[in-house]
Amino acid sequence: MAEFRMPSLGADMRTGTLVAWKVKPGDHLKHGDIIADVETDKGIMEIEVFENCIVEELLLAPDTKVPVGTPMAKLKLEDGAEKETIAVTDREQPSPPPAIEVPTIPVPELPQEERLRVSPLARKLATELGVDLTQVKGTGADGAIHQMDVEEAAKKLQPKPKPAEKVVALPPEAKSPEAKPTTTDFQAGMRRAIAAAMSRSNREIPHYYLETRIDMSHALQWLETENQKRSIKERILPVVLLIKAVAKALTDVPELNGYWIDDQLQVQEAIHIGFAISLRQGGLVTPAIHHADLKSLDELMAALRDLIERTRGGHLRSSELSDATITLTSLGDIGVEKVYGVIYPPQVALVGFGKIAEQPWAERGMLDVRPVLTATLAGDHRATDGMIGARFLQAINTHLQAVEKL
Amino acid sequence: MNYGIDTSTDNSPLMIRTTYREAVRDAIRESILKDDRVFLMGEDVGRYGGAFGVTKGLLQELGPDKIMDTPLCESGFTGAGIGAALGGMRPIVEVMTVNFSLLAADQILNTAATYLHMSGGLFNIPLVIRMGTGGGKQLAAQHSHSLEGWYAHIPGIKVLTPAVLEDARGMLWSALEDPDPVLIFENTLLYNMEGELPATAGAVDIDRACIRRVGRDVTLISYSASLFKALEATETLAQEGIEAEVIDLRVLRPLDETTFLNSVAKTHRAVIIDEGWRSGSISAEISARIMEKAFYDLDAPVERICAAEVPIPYANHLEQAALPQPTTIVNTVRRMVTRHG
Amino acid sequence: MAITEIQIKETIFKLLKNIAPDSSPEALGQEDDVRETLGIDSYDFLNFMIGVNEEFGVEIPETAYGKLITLNDMTQYILAHAQS
Repeated sequence: MAEFRMPSLGADMRTGTLVAWKVKPGDHLKHGDIIADVETDKGIMEIEVFENCIVEELLLAPDTKVPVGTPMAKLKLEDGAEKETIAVTDREQPSPPPAIEVPTIPVPELPQEERLRVSPLARKLATELGVDLTQVKGTGADGAIHQMDVEEAAKKLQPKPKPAEKVVALPPEAKSPEAKPTTTDFQAGMRRAIAAAMSRSNREIPHYYLETRIDMSHALQWLETENQKRSIKERILPVVLLIKAVAKALTDVPELNGYWIDDQLQVQEAIHIGFAISLRQGGLVTPAIHHADLKSLDELMAALRDLIERTRGGHLRSSELSDATITLTSLGDIGVEKVYGVIYPPQVALVGFGKIAEQPWAERGMLDVRPVLTATLAGDHRATDGMIGARFLQAINTHLQAVEKL
Repeated sequence: MNYGIDTSTDNSPLMIRTTYREAVRDAIRESILKDDRVFLMGEDVGRYGGAFGVTKGLLQELGPDKIMDTPLCESGFTGAGIGAALGGMRPIVEVMTVNFSLLAADQILNTAATYLHMSGGLFNIPLVIRMGTGGGKQLAAQHSHSLEGWYAHIPGIKVLTPAVLEDARGMLWSALEDPDPVLIFENTLLYNMEGELPATAGAVDIDRACIRRVGRDVTLISYSASLFKALEATETLAQEGIEAEVIDLRVLRPLDETTFLNSVAKTHRAVIIDEGWRSGSISAEISARIMEKAFYDLDAPVERICAAEVPIPYANHLEQAALPQPTTIVNTVRRMVTRHG
Repeated sequence: MAITEIQIKETIFKLLKNIAPDSSPEALGQEDDVRETLGIDSYDFLNFMIGVNEEFGVEIPETAYGKLITLNDMTQYILAHAQS
């Protein structure tokens, strides 16, 4: 007993159509006889048999389209031999071979010095997040550092609030008992991150500094009146006026709101003010108050409260740490009069505020005592010139004098 | 096996079931009927119906003025096509496979691609050359190579690689409308691919690559038959939580780099799948452009999966081993997309 | 039952400890500058005022902030304004 199956008449043939049988059951066939006409995409073919046999049964009606290998007829071999199939060039489809690995080009031996292997994206991200790459554990091939590794490291830079909770999430591979992280480790990590960012700033950014004194008497009187309308919990801190004034000044002088990347100033439309928050255990984070120009004073106060609480509780979001477009630092609480800041790259400006203190104030030939604030600007001279910086400080003053419009 | 690619451009509900082969045939028929200057010539295109059965029945339907059998002489009939184009016709020259096109390489490069330049801008060559390409059918080393990347090296011509039915149906007319020489490469493994097309399917653009699957973790850049291997690989990868974006280049010259650069900027990783040999291939060109223009977006080196650098073997298991396969794509992507943390 | 100075001080220490967990408010001398000694900024001080308000029912106006420098200042102010 043998089967005649739909033959493969070309490697690209998947199906064939039986046009007509040239034999009927009982016929004796010899080598070379035509058993059927089959139509393929290339036309109608006459199919031969290559064995002497007797047709037992036809299994397929004419005009039927079937896949290659489908049994079409039962045959009996004349010499009594048992054969599975009789067909022309009917090759079994071999099972797919195991996939071969594409050879990768070996990396040549590096010279003696150790070099960090960092993907371009990871390198860019590390700069943005202030992550020191020498402290990052790479999980890629040969310890290569990828985007994810930098993100992990950046997470660990976030402050841990209470010294009581000295647990920092570690990647699984670092869970050896002697590698117990401590607050000191964490602070050291933060220190290194600050060091990396500030070193880069000093190395790359030609700073210029401007300062101006601002009479705060009107702003403070207005705030006092405003706060009297509020319960103690809703009171607005003076620094909120400063945040809003900076945001509005940036809408007047947008050149200071942005980044210096690829040798050019990339002014940003959104105003995200990085607010420097010192941690009690040391260190500093500058999370962003998003869209500061679009928030009311009450909303800004709420945002600031939320940011400080989350900073000290270690629940900042990565976007808040990376997308500030300018930094504001206010050190007046500690009693300093002026701040000469270091720009946080790739930003192009840093605004500093000292304390609001009573000072002699000369105006229209009269001497008075007024609460005075010194505002400073550290500007990136690659991106802007002193004239722009001066306009910006002037704009801050103007907005603080018209405090009711903030 | 159309992987749910919706290539319908038309709201009409009338869809016809067709094959890649029939789509090309319909495109040839339509072009000849639509424009009196269009005719087709090549080896065995008439009485035999085409080496791959593409032009079956067209001689009987359209007559010997429109479907011309030529002698076995690629240089001769490609040159005749160039002359006809100069004389105001819109010839479609069919070269059986790219392997034999080398006999016409002088006509294509030194005449068709340079004529506009050599004539000081006076004469265009509005010629379309169609040829089969690709391996995987046990036709052995002299019939199985993929040299479309070579032609993509030549300024002055366009190189098209239709993969989906819509492009098989629609690229020819756009190519005929182009004032300069256009080469269309049809991977012969695709001829039997079945699917649905709107009954009204027509011309498509021949300028842009397109995204056939949206993903976030890696960009698979491919064209022609390899596109389907890439899509097959994405199914396995998706089960492992890796979402690959798949780009169908469609046009190898001029290369639409914007589409794949934007994708790489999003996924940070790229794998190029190319049935041509690795060295000096179109995959090398794409890789170089990614390095030049998306370097800072890369989180891993660009990878390439190409044909082994051997004459394509005859034995089936060796041939399959020499060509890019979905498993290789899966393994490569797995190695690149590490998930931790 | 009137609130005593001792109770006020204990409550102040508790509030300050919450705000500055790493400091030792109990060690404050009567005439020490509280903000300076404990490193309390204006935001912390506002939270301290909110705490005082919750604990003693005293609402201290901003104008009075300047008079609340030492531990003694604070204790006396609260003693004078707290409801029995």
